[in-house]
Order: sequence, then C-alpha cells, then structure tokens
Amino acid sequence: MEGLLPDLDVIRKDFPILERTLAGGVPLVYLDSANTSQKPQVVIDTMVDHLERHNANIARAMHQLGAEATEAYEGARDQVAAFLNAPSRNEVVFTKNATEALNLLARTIELAPGDNVVITEMEHHSNIVSWQLACERAGAELRWFGLTDDGRLDLGNADQLVDENTKVVAFTWVSNMLGTINPVTDLCARAKAVGAWSVIDASQAAPQLPVDVQAVDCDFLVFTGHKVCGPTGIGVLWGREALLNELPPFHGGGEMIETVTMARSTYAKAPHRFEAGTPPIVEAVGLGAAVDYLGHVGLEAIHRHEQAITAYALEGLQSVPGLTVLGPLDAAERGGAISFELDGVHPHDIAQVLDSRGVAVRAGHHCAKPAHARYGVQSSTRMSSYLYTTPAEIDALVEGLHHTRSYFKVG
Amino acid sequence: MSTDLDALYQEIILDHYKNPHHKGLRDPFEAEVHHVNPTCGDEVTLRVHLVDSADGAVVEDVSYDSVGCSISQASASVLTDLVIGKPVDEAMTIHQTFLELMQGKGQVEPDEDVLEDGIAFAGVAKFPARVKCALLSWMAWKDATSQAQTQGETA
Repeated sequence: MEGLLPDLDVIRKDFPILERTLAGGVPLVYLDSANTSQKPQVVIDTMVDHLERHNANIARAMHQLGAEATEAYEGARDQVAAFLNAPSRNEVVFTKNATEALNLLARTIELAPGDNVVITEMEHHSNIVSWQLACERAGAELRWFGLTDDGRLDLGNADQLVDENTKVVAFTWVSNMLGTINPVTDLCARAKAVGAWSVIDASQAAPQLPVDVQAVDCDFLVFTGHKVCGPTGIGVLWGREALLNELPPFHGGGEMIETVTMARSTYAKAPHRFEAGTPPIVEAVGLGAAVDYLGHVGLEAIHRHEQAITAYALEGLQSVPGLTVLGPLDAAERGGAISFELDGVHPHDIAQVLDSRGVAVRAGHHCAKPAHARYGVQSSTRMSSYLYTTPAEIDALVEGLHHTRSYFKVG
Repeated sequence: MSTDLDALYQEIILDHYKNPHHKGLRDPFEAEVHHVNPTCGDEVTLRVHLVDSADGAVVEDVSYDSVGCSISQASASVLTDLVIGKPVDEAMTIHQTFLELMQGKGQVEPDEDVLEDGIAFAGVAKFPARVKCALLSWMAWKDATSQAQTQGETA
C-alpha cells in the first residue's frame, strides 16, 4: 500500500504495548490514538533514566543533580521549540495539558463588554467552555463558525463573524470528531486583519502533521503531550514572546516571580511567568524524547502514513451495511480519526463487542457534544489510527463491525 | 471472551432492548426528571405517578423517554416491570437490591425472586464501564420518586 511508513514493522517494535494480548488471548488492535497515543520505548526509558539517575527539583537546587534535572527540563523546552519551529525557546510554556493551556489564555487575555470571541462548532469542549466562562466574566460575546453538511467549517459568514470587535479567534486545526483539517493559515490571517489574536488547538494536529508556528503565522498554539507519544500530565502553550509578556500571570507562586515583598511582587518573563510551582519535570523530559522520536520518523512521513491508513479505513468502513461516516470522505482532507454510526447498534455496544475481539475504539460524544448535535447524532463510535497502525488492524476493525451487526441481529 | 460478552448481553437484555416495556411519556405524573450520563451522553427523561393507598404510596406508573445503549434501554424497561404496581417502600427495596448487584463487581448472587428479569444484569457488574449504563434509569426513578413524595408531603 502506497504511503505507509517503510519500516512499519520496526516502528511497531518501538511500542512494547503493541505486543500484549488481552482477555482470551486476543492480540491488541489499538485504534484509540486520538484519545491517547501509545508510548515508544525511548520515551519510557528516558523517563525511567531521569527518575533513576537525575531526579532533583529544577532551577533552585545548588547541587549536581539539580543542575542535571534543570538541564533535562530546559532541554525538553528546546526540543519542543524545534518541533514547532518556534523562533524562541522562551515561547514554549509547559502546562498540565492542552485544556490548561487554553484556560490559561481564556483567563489572562483581557476581554471587555462589546468585545467578541469567535470559536467553531467543531471544537473540543475545552476550547468551548473556557471561552464561554471568559465571555461570561467579561460580558463579552461568544460567536462561532457553523459547519457545512459535509463536515467542514462554514466560512460563508466569516466577514460578519470576525469583525473589528473580535479579540480572539480560537479554533482546532484537526477536528477530534469529524477529522476535518481546517484552513488554519487563512483563519489566522483573518484574525490578524481585524487585529484579533489567533489561538490554535493543535491537540489532534501535532501528532500527525508538521506544525510550523511561523508558517501558519498564529499568535498562540496549544497541544498535549500524551497524544504525541509523550506522557500524560504535560501540555504546551506556545505564544509569540511579546504577547506572552503582555499577559498577566495565571497562577501565582514560586518560579514565576522576579521579586516578592509582603505588599507586592513583580513577575518573571515568559515562559517562567506561567510556570508557577514545581512543574511536571519528568513528564517534560518524556515529552522532549517523544517529539524527538516523531522528528526522527518524520512528520511528513507520519502524515502520509495516516492518510494511507485513513483512505483504507474509509473504504473498509463503507463496506459495512448501515454504516455512516461523519465528516469528510476524502482522506486527503482529514486526519486519522474517523467517527461513524451503525444503524441499529449503539456506539457503546459496538465498542463492547469490538473490545471482546481486542479492538480498542472510543464510543460516546468525544467531548464534542455540539458537533454531534449539529449532525443530529447523540453519540458515535470513533476509530483513530497512528504511525504504528497497520492495514491488517483496519481489517480486524471492519470484520469486527460485520460481527457486531450479526451479534445484534441487525439487517 | 465471547462467554463474557454473552454474559453481558443476555438474551433477556436484548429482548428488552428491542421491545422495551412501558416506554413513552405519559400523564398524569407528580415528578419528571432528566438524567444524563456525562461520559457517553446517554439520556433519560422519566416520570413517576404515585397514588395513595391504605398501605402508603404506590407506584402507579413510570413512563420514560430515553436514548442510549442496549444496557441502559433494557435496564429502564426492566425497572418499570419491577416497580409499577408496587408500594414505594417495596420498590425502594428492589432498587437497593439492584444497586447492590450492580456495585458487586460480579461477586453478588442475584435474587431472582426480587429482581426477576433484572438478574440478567448480573453480568454487567463485571464491566465497570457499563454499570453506569445499567443504573441510569434506576437513579432517575429514585430521584423522581423522592421528588414526588416530597411534593405529596408539602401539598
């Protein structure tokens, strides 16, 4: 099959969990990578090595271990900066996850009555609720791009939505439910034209596309560590250095200050301005190893692999009677997450039968209830592939779906 | 593995799923509640109609409208079979017995005299992710019944 990673067998050996079997001795077919990705040995080893040999608190310990831990943590910042092609390492802020990064922005960007924030109907709840809260606090207006019937952003009324009162345009690069890849460069230009700040949620894009913050020309971009083969507990906020230093602090505490008196404090510049308290050190170190790993495999090659697998999956899924794919049907315009409905069987029941055959998928609303509501769907089943996914695993999914139909005596 | 799956999807459950009993919203009712399983989005709107009798309040009707998986749908159907026509006190005892079965991690032996078709859900208790599905309508019923009783006291 054209486009697959040439060393797929070798890649799979990098991920020890793919070797395991489940109840009944069935092999794992992991198709839930948009939920969280599996971890390569190099990430696991790097984290174990850090804990076994270099563990200390960072930036304050006047001893050798402290220096080593600081170097490892700050080294991870360099690795992430390179991963994003960021102009400066000072622009990389470590957070707990993408949700925290979005909330940081929604909490610190100043909004006033009369201002508006524009989001889209295909956002993950984290990029909806955080802005709802911000707009409620400030008396600002929340607006959103609707969706077309074929699962794309409806840009028909873009000129009315994004206007001179728009302060923020926040949108996902790749939809976690529909798979749609959005025209992020155009959206950023549109925000810039009215003097608004652009915020990209790259949680689903960063794992599978080359992300270049300079080429996209965005103001802020967030992603989470655990979807790019890194650990949980670590996320990234990237922002233009000047803008980050314009924002007020988010959490107050150690490490984010210049000086503190009982009456008042002055604050450090980014990134430390937003990293109050002891950060997730070993998690950052693991994330650094993860993005390095992806860089070695090559994001262009991973993207081609995802597109090949997605095209194969779209074809296979549509061979199942009564199955409807949500979102664009052209693999070239979408990411590796495919949500679908199967007539007569609830997503929970589909996921349960697939699980009994070792096939792991996600069922539910995928934290995108508005996008489901847009298409009149209460919940869906989602398969999501990654760089280690094989065509044989897609076959196992499709066979499992045929079996599910017969198990529930549909059709 | 398929034995576990068959234990979960008992024929009784699939029958109730395909042909749910007492489904649809009906009048009269004293309380209506809307419960949601936030992780999967399953929803139920459930009404309770109680009448007074010499032995205290009796569950005259339970009607519901719901969207969800086979387990949550079948469970609502079985619930209505078990509690309609029963004194509220007895229905609450049945509720408690079903709750204990669901939270028993598969270690509780179900009592068929009390739970009737409800014993088919014993297999669900071994699937922690599905226990909430089975309990959705039961929790809604308890909530609605409590509200209906409180209303009765204040009226």
